[in-house]
Amino acid sequence: MSVKLGTRQVGDVTVIDAAGRITLGEGASAFRDLIRDLANKGSQKILLNLNEVSYIDSSGIGELVSGFTTITNHGGSLKLVGLSKRVKDLLQITKLYTVFEVFEDESAAVRSF
Amino acid sequence: MSERESGEILEEHATLDSTLQSVDKAETIAVGAAKHLGITEDDEHEIGMAVRECMVNAVVHGNRYSAHKKVHLSVRATPDHIEIVIGDEGSGFDLNSLPDPLAQENLLRQSGRGILLIRAFMDEFDLHQRPGGGTEVRLVKNFSKQ
Repeated sequence: MSVKLGTRQVGDVTVIDAAGRITLGEGASAFRDLIRDLANKGSQKILLNLNEVSYIDSSGIGELVSGFTTITNHGGSLKLVGLSKRVKDLLQITKLYTVFEVFEDESAAVRSF
Repeated sequence: MSERESGEILEEHATLDSTLQSVDKAETIAVGAAKHLGITEDDEHEIGMAVRECMVNAVVHGNRYSAHKKVHLSVRATPDHIEIVIGDEGSGFDLNSLPDPLAQENLLRQSGRGILLIRAFMDEFDLHQRPGGGTEVRLVKNFSKQ
């Protein structure tokens, strides 16, 4: 199963709801394309909801980083919410917890922008 | 008596094409062998991740998706541990040439974290030149007690 991506607005924050697997191939490239699209449309506040993401590999992590860099370079910010223990562990192992702002609760994440 | 207590040893070997579908196949083979012997969900996840990362390295970096090059997979599972060997037919690889993905200046690099993750999830990791050319990686994971 690849990744399913949906977007919704909460005020001026674009929430990306991801479900499935973000891995090398379809999953990672779908995510990359969406972020690029949002950046080009001028989205400045992006919250990535990973609550339904069951699996992410190093390529998927790479796309999260690339997305972060793309949005930051466009003057915006990308934050994370709803991480499973396994995804949190990956961010710890890769030291990306020092890069991303991570939230447990969507309301708190939206307020933080 | 569970399979883990019986002393059963499982071995699987496969010669795989250099495609992303082979990454899925290798994960299924390795995790399947370990599951047959009864492992925790966490061990299953970690073995799957490590195998996938190794396979991606073999397919993408070693064999460069070449239709003429294969990836060689061997899995040996005992009640206590699993040993996985993955070999590509590429031009070889120097582990010391990899930038440190944990160095501050590299944290925002898009790639380069695969081996870090493999080492985090497996108990042993050994990379060497494969006889006849290419790179071979040997992974070992000791199963968690249930």
